[in-house]
Amino acid sequence: MNKKQKKTLYRIIISAVLLIALYFIPVTGALRFILYMVPYFIIGYDVLRKAFKGIKNRQPMDESLLMCIATVGAIVLAVYQDLSGLKGDYVEAIAVMLFYQVGEWFQSVAVGKSRRNITELMDIRPDYANIETDGELEQVDPDEVEVGTVIYVKPGEKIPIDGIVASGSSTLDTAALTGESLPRNIVEGDEVISGCINLTSPLRIKTTKEFGESTVSKILDLVENASSHKSKSENFITKFARIYTPAVVYSAIALAVLPPIVRMLFMGAEPMWGSFVYRALSFLVISCPCALVVSIPLTFFAGIGGASHAGVLIKGSNYLETLSETDTVVFDKTGTLTKGNFEVDAVHHCPIKEDELIEMAALAEAASTHPISQSLRRAYSREIDRSRVSDIEEIAGQGIKAVVDGKRVAVGNTKLMAAVGAEYIECPDDIGTVIHVSVDSEYAGHIVISDIIKPHSADAVRALKSCGVKRTVMLTGDAVKIADKVASELHIDEVHAELLPSDKVDRVDALISAKGGKGKLAFVGDGINDAPVLSRADIGIAMGAMGSDAAIEAADVVLMDDDPLKIADAIRIAKKCLRIVKENIVFAIGIKLLCLLLSALGLAGMWLAVFADVGVMVLCVLNAIRALITKR
Amino acid sequence: MKKSYKIDVDCANCAAKMEDATKNTEGVKDATVNFMMLKMNVEFEDGADPKEVMPRVLDNCKKVEDDCEIFF
Repeated sequence: MNKKQKKTLYRIIISAVLLIALYFIPVTGALRFILYMVPYFIIGYDVLRKAFKGIKNRQPMDESLLMCIATVGAIVLAVYQDLSGLKGDYVEAIAVMLFYQVGEWFQSVAVGKSRRNITELMDIRPDYANIETDGELEQVDPDEVEVGTVIYVKPGEKIPIDGIVASGSSTLDTAALTGESLPRNIVEGDEVISGCINLTSPLRIKTTKEFGESTVSKILDLVENASSHKSKSENFITKFARIYTPAVVYSAIALAVLPPIVRMLFMGAEPMWGSFVYRALSFLVISCPCALVVSIPLTFFAGIGGASHAGVLIKGSNYLETLSETDTVVFDKTGTLTKGNFEVDAVHHCPIKEDELIEMAALAEAASTHPISQSLRRAYSREIDRSRVSDIEEIAGQGIKAVVDGKRVAVGNTKLMAAVGAEYIECPDDIGTVIHVSVDSEYAGHIVISDIIKPHSADAVRALKSCGVKRTVMLTGDAVKIADKVASELHIDEVHAELLPSDKVDRVDALISAKGGKGKLAFVGDGINDAPVLSRADIGIAMGAMGSDAAIEAADVVLMDDDPLKIADAIRIAKKCLRIVKENIVFAIGIKLLCLLLSALGLAGMWLAVFADVGVMVLCVLNAIRALITKR
Repeated sequence: MKKSYKIDVDCANCAAKMEDATKNTEGVKDATVNFMMLKMNVEFEDGADPKEVMPRVLDNCKKVEDDCEIFF
């Protein structure tokens, strides 16, 4: 609680105590009036002042004025009753003001609390960077660190700026960025991104970007500005409040004036001014639109905050809304559903141990920089002992011949096998690249290298179906055969293969115009070569986008790591958020209309009116905070 | 030129009013007020001096919402 909130709380307590005390003090007449005015002014002076200033600045139509008219009106009615010999009811006016303040206080505390919660979730802003000068560490503002400077990150500290590890190895906690709880191991030469926490040992990092261009700044910028992209629901509420408040004020005036006049002139009955003025005042108290005006933006903010905690950055409330209406998801294949780097998938027809074959191949390819030799070396996973290899001979378009451990090893395609005189066996299901190996001109089998499907891809497609996505489509530049295999393995409904990057835009265009109905189309890509498609789709989702500026620019939703399951998470969070928004709109407007009707008919007094205002607001705010919880 | 300021304001509606008031201030090209982050991003017109414009912005905001504060 801040100072202002504490002060309001004291005022609430003092005036409530006074109000209860006055109930037991037997005084009458003018003294009673004056005594009752004490708690009224204690609790309401700022509201009265604000309403007065509002009128002075020609901004009269706000809730302070509504409260003033209602409470002053109720007091005038009570004075009138006093004068006409009855005992006037002052408690009501004070209670209305008291509950209004309780509501405001609660709202302020709740919003402050969720604001703190959300900013804690996004607490990735580094406060300083350590620079080593003459063996001494100096803390400087990250903004002042130039590109190429070596910074020192102690265990427990956040990495302030993107860079490359110059020395040291450690593990990083990336949870704040990716939502991934497993720490990541890094060694010298690895790229690291700002916002990660260094866990085990100190690191020297050579920066590759300025602070303002670093991942952490980009993310904070994106999330902090997200709520300025307003959703349809938010715009609806703003417009609604603009029309609603004046409409209610005029209706209240009509309710106070018209029925008595009609009764007097046409029915010959008693006008009952007091009763109708009272009804009009209750009407005013009920009408406050604060439940909606506060809870709707709060829900979106909480939704965006919760999502970013789960590693899903959503650029605005409008995208949250579109995301919740998604019924078609279009995937790019490489890098999205598959890992995008080639790995050893299988080893066939091998007379020796598979590991030994891979070892031979990796050693023979020791000097090559070709992506395929890199994946062979990754599969071997041990240190390459160059001294075991000699006479390396690279034959363009065929492969490599080398002497490994004194044996003549050939690694390459069928042409190379024919050239060395080994009897090779064709791979029957040639999906991916097939590497044949021969040892001393004897065929030693082949290694199949292909783009591996990510472990969670199948689960992701299933999860999407279960959260309301009707159709899944895969686009790829790869061969039809490979595309079909991946699609059938993942149960994807529709595949379009052998597409050039520009074809993908046309294809998405066609899909959007072909699909009728209200549902939206989302495109998921890894941000490489697909920026135009990301911006063409109703909603563009870029994944694994840490460090890829183009993707962050073009996409509407950015997944911090490359786990496709996050797509379903994002849709689920969006749906939950929008459901809460709808619940609040229906609940708040429903209850208010009902209470307005009851009070117009004279069936509801100020007490119900106060519930309709403050109670509904409290319930809506509590409901809104649910959007922060994003557990699967 | 764009600048970001910390603000203090009590309700979302008041923040929207502040946004309108700031937009209509001389020297301000565009402005957004983020109630949830309690932040105000102001884009100044070319050649406008923020030091000179901001007091006017605060004045205009005080007119529509007495209870607000901008830290600049």
